[in-house]
Amino acid sequence: MATIAFLLNGTPQRCNASPDTSILTLLREHLGHTGTKEGCASGDCGACTVAIGEPTANAQSFSSANACITPAHQLQGQHLVTVEGLAKDSHLHPAQEAMIECHGSQCGFCTPGIVMSLFTLHNDLIQRPAPLTPERLEATLGGNLCRCTGYRPIRDAALRMQDIPFERPQWYDAAMPVAESNSNSLEPVDTALFFAQPDSLAALTQLRLKAPQARLVAGGTDLWLESTQRLTSLDQLIDVSRVAELLTIEEATLEKQSGWWIGAGVTYTQLEPLFEEHFPAFAHLLHRLGSQQIRNRGTLGGNIANASPIGDTPPVLLVLGAQVELASAKGNRCIALENFFLDYKQTVLAADEVMSRIFIPQPTQNSELRVWKLSKRREDDISAVLGAFSFRVDQDTLRDVRIAFGGMAAIPKRALAAEAMLEGSPITADAFRAAQQALDDDFQPMSDVRGSQHYRQQAAKNLLERLYLSLSVPDQEVMLHAYAH
Amino acid sequence: MRTLTKLDGDSSRARRELHDHIQGAAPLARHTVDSNGQRQAGSSSFHESAEKHVTGKAAYINDLALPADALHVALGLSPVAHGTLTQLDLAKVRQAAGIVDVITFNEVPGHTDIGPVFPGDPIFVDQKISYAGQCLFAVAATSLQAARRAVKLATVVIDEQPASLDPVAAAEREEFVRPSHTQTSGDWQQALKQAERIIEGELFVGGQEHFYLEGQACVVHPTEDEGVVVHTSNQHPSETQKLVAEVLDIPFHAVTVEVRRMGGGFGGKETQASPWACIAAIIARRTGKSISLRLPRSEDMRATGKRHPFHNRYRLAIDDQGIIQGGEITVIGDCGYSPDLSDAIVDRAMFHADNAYSLGDARVIGHRAKTHTASNTAFRGFGGPQGMMVIEGAMDDIARQIGEDPLTVRKRNFYRDGREVTHYGQQVDQRQLLHTLVETLENDSDYWERRKAITQYNANSPVVKKGLALTPVKFGISFTAQHLNQAGALLHVYTDGSVMINHGGTEMGQGLHTKICQVVARELGLDLDNVQITATRTDKVPNTSPTAASSGADLNGMAARDAASKLRERLFDFAAEHFTVGLDREGMRLEDGMLVAGLGESERRIPWGELVQTAYLNRISLSEKGFYATPLIHYDRSVGQGRPFYYYAFGAAVAEVSVDTLSGEYQVDRVDILHDVGDSLNPAIDIGQVEGGFIQGMGWLTSEELKWNDKGVLVSDGPATYKIPTFGDLPPIFNVALLEGHPNSMASLYRSKAVGEPPLMLGICVWSALRDALSSLTDYATSPHLDTPATPERVMLAASAIRKKAL
Repeated sequence: MATIAFLLNGTPQRCNASPDTSILTLLREHLGHTGTKEGCASGDCGACTVAIGEPTANAQSFSSANACITPAHQLQGQHLVTVEGLAKDSHLHPAQEAMIECHGSQCGFCTPGIVMSLFTLHNDLIQRPAPLTPERLEATLGGNLCRCTGYRPIRDAALRMQDIPFERPQWYDAAMPVAESNSNSLEPVDTALFFAQPDSLAALTQLRLKAPQARLVAGGTDLWLESTQRLTSLDQLIDVSRVAELLTIEEATLEKQSGWWIGAGVTYTQLEPLFEEHFPAFAHLLHRLGSQQIRNRGTLGGNIANASPIGDTPPVLLVLGAQVELASAKGNRCIALENFFLDYKQTVLAADEVMSRIFIPQPTQNSELRVWKLSKRREDDISAVLGAFSFRVDQDTLRDVRIAFGGMAAIPKRALAAEAMLEGSPITADAFRAAQQALDDDFQPMSDVRGSQHYRQQAAKNLLERLYLSLSVPDQEVMLHAYAH
Repeated sequence: MRTLTKLDGDSSRARRELHDHIQGAAPLARHTVDSNGQRQAGSSSFHESAEKHVTGKAAYINDLALPADALHVALGLSPVAHGTLTQLDLAKVRQAAGIVDVITFNEVPGHTDIGPVFPGDPIFVDQKISYAGQCLFAVAATSLQAARRAVKLATVVIDEQPASLDPVAAAEREEFVRPSHTQTSGDWQQALKQAERIIEGELFVGGQEHFYLEGQACVVHPTEDEGVVVHTSNQHPSETQKLVAEVLDIPFHAVTVEVRRMGGGFGGKETQASPWACIAAIIARRTGKSISLRLPRSEDMRATGKRHPFHNRYRLAIDDQGIIQGGEITVIGDCGYSPDLSDAIVDRAMFHADNAYSLGDARVIGHRAKTHTASNTAFRGFGGPQGMMVIEGAMDDIARQIGEDPLTVRKRNFYRDGREVTHYGQQVDQRQLLHTLVETLENDSDYWERRKAITQYNANSPVVKKGLALTPVKFGISFTAQHLNQAGALLHVYTDGSVMINHGGTEMGQGLHTKICQVVARELGLDLDNVQITATRTDKVPNTSPTAASSGADLNGMAARDAASKLRERLFDFAAEHFTVGLDREGMRLEDGMLVAGLGESERRIPWGELVQTAYLNRISLSEKGFYATPLIHYDRSVGQGRPFYYYAFGAAVAEVSVDTLSGEYQVDRVDILHDVGDSLNPAIDIGQVEGGFIQGMGWLTSEELKWNDKGVLVSDGPATYKIPTFGDLPPIFNVALLEGHPNSMASLYRSKAVGEPPLMLGICVWSALRDALSSLTDYATSPHLDTPATPERVMLAASAIRKKAL
């Protein structure tokens, strides 16, 4: 079993742990650090929030993660900071001090996680001073559930902590011993247990060929639930998070279209700047995808390859005309995303293949994108229905209409019949009514915990009505500002 | 991409204010409380564990160090809601790696029924399965993972039968866990006969998962006296002591239960923390090992009961002013499979079916329907919120019918002189306080100006509609089971002058321990630092009541005060006798760490430490116990009349919401709260209870949706599918204040009032505001039906229904 070498609150650690060990288990059970709590073991409550930094970077940058669903082996060469490490001697960290001063804890069980999220915000504010907007607060804290306080004192603490003098903990500038900073050397994959961390696509595809039965892990934000919730053994894992080719975003041209190749291992957080600039509606969706902890770990490739009918990004990628590159030891192939999904949780991905990159074409001139996600809760919730609409308006006529929905079928799927009713049509109530009716041909959604069949069908139609209203009476308020972009 | 919507005036103001606040320009709200380090009762002392919370040093059950040979328990739960267990083959489970013990119904040495008040809760299934999640067997292994994986190896054969999941149908078939109860005042039938108008309606009120962040957990150590020590996350240690002793068939004194703190309780650990302690205790005695048992989140949610869903109906006679003359209210509580606390919970729903309004000549009936789900249990408000929903819904319905603003109708119906007695015969004291409180809030929140602005806004906005509602709370304080209204405390003073207090209440985050320390510090004139509180233990203060019914500080604070004042008087007697020079027994007092006697020139001061030392050397006991029993309260269930509550706590809240009537999405733009806690024991803690209670109540009525499949299996069994409010659900404008200058009219602890439960019901204003927004679709002519939780799905479907009706 491989050794994990990492820094814990500035102190070098070397631990042996099975491949399916989470950071939370490593902390609580192997190391006896019980400050980090388990609230749900599914990455939904944030009680186990820890901060992970790369000690090799110039400036100390820490990002939050849910320890319960983050593989311990991904700590290799990283710096893990927990609630136990924040205070310097008797000086509490400003996040801690502010939480006390603002009466921010009641039962205290969520508090370590909240303190850690505040710590990452505080650290961010030091690295990149910028106004603390409500949006930024929401992004930081939306993934930390508190059942006692109602969040007001926690909001106050987030605002207050900036005024509290900060004594840098001794470990703040700690660096890994050079020998430990590289990723884990390749493990033999013919053993019963392994956590392999290839650093190149060639190595990854070779591993995939040798061990097609092994599971791929990137952020682990979905896969790890199989371990914590369904008690499945994750004995053989191939970690794609260190594969250089999977971590880049490049401008490129594909089939004469200019756009971007996005590595499958790029996290949602890393995608944000690109989307903010070129696809604001998509960026807005990202803010409502999972929590900050999830966005820091989850990847675009994972969201697609997981092939969930309620994944947030696929419907948007479908209307943007995205393509995916599938790589194997034999070579690469590139297919349109809409040909990637076969059925519920089934894709064309062969046993020896991995998704390596996603191509997103640049938006054409005048093209518009709308992305509307419906869920019970605005933050950190999974879609009941997600509608994505791409089109351009050419002299009051709709062109290049592409509509896709999540939550309406076994796979993320385009609404071809509805599209046909709108393509080349003027913006009229009749055309949209026809498109609404066509949705009945496109989809027969099911009832589940997130919504009834009737609701889904009606909601999808109402989103078309919203689109119509937004185009026909542009000055009218057709939706709530918190949901708009 | 351009922004599709413009920020409207109010919302942009809200954002701006938040920005201003962030930049440090102005305070956002009136909620800021002074924490300037005054350290006695009445001031905003910090939570006694605050520093431990923020550093991760506060230990919860699963953080306790275990001996190396401790065992971990996993449970085998029924996948089926109703049926007969015909085969339970655990051979493979026993053979699995690391397994040390496996137990079923047959291995229970003592009682097998652990029903807390009434029988009906088997510790394990014998044959009859009553809900999906019911415990079939338990496995102890050297690691939790080994135990959990072994559970999956069991062969379970169940003869499945259809599950009864509809409480209304169950009530029609008279399938009850307890008999129905009726409260009647006056001739309600005559009132309906003579009515100028009759208005009726019905409402489904959904349940609520507690979602305490720390799940059910306990650690049990065997003792050398054939007993056990139980560490548990638990609101009712004495009951767990009793049940563990009965299950093990040993005397109560062989069982010690300890609770240092809970990571949240909310009622969910009042009765439902005991089964796990009982199971762990059996294994601890069988194996002689320490046992750790904690429920993974999804098992916790499936195995334990929740807030009762209710089906409520009303039929009321009103006059042309919308004032209720009388009528009938029926509440049906969905109790799940067994009685648990349902008798008292449905009673409390009935006690609160009037909320703040006189029902006139009325009959209130409460049914306790039996269904095949987990046994529903205590949850902050204890049925009261579900009862209030029916009358708050009726207020809105009446307003639409007579064409008045709902606030006007509410105020007309408030208890007042001449209409001051409830349908269960209790006179409402301090009724004028409610009028004052609501008028103050109405003015401070600019209710009427905003009403005008909203009406205008809605007239010009076909899709987005705003809603506004003010709802009051009148909540009865006391356990309705009279005998529970008692408490004990144990006070020790050590010879260095440091003080130790223990009491029967438990700390679940509500700041009870902080308040108790403040009481002792105040009674003994000491700095708060001198007073230490430790874990609640059944061997320190015995035979305690649960920490529930908002009573924690009321009861235990009085007991602590009793202990401290007895000790103080003893020290005064001693001092008067011992310090012979000029100590005046009259007017003797403890302040600033001194015994002070006399005034002016004759004043004498003796430091606390010296006093204590001297008393010790003179063989004066420095330990005292305290006791308290609430006076006056009584309720005769045979006639449904009495005075069940020592007093009422009041409050009111205004919510403004914006609703997207196309998608059903909504946001709460602003909330103003004014709440009555009498003279506050600790304003910071009380504000924390008010805010937290409000948000929890809002969650109950909006996003928190429990869903079972048609076979009775809970499918919303984790935070991925069950959505409690998160940070962004905090209203951007949230003004919260405590009503000042209105001490409790009863002789409560320093004239304070209980604050745990009442604020939860302030959240009802959000539901009412959503209905107000929907009502605007018909120009306020109709009252939309909106069951709870009012998820975006329900709101969208309600809007569609109104639109269809309007066509």
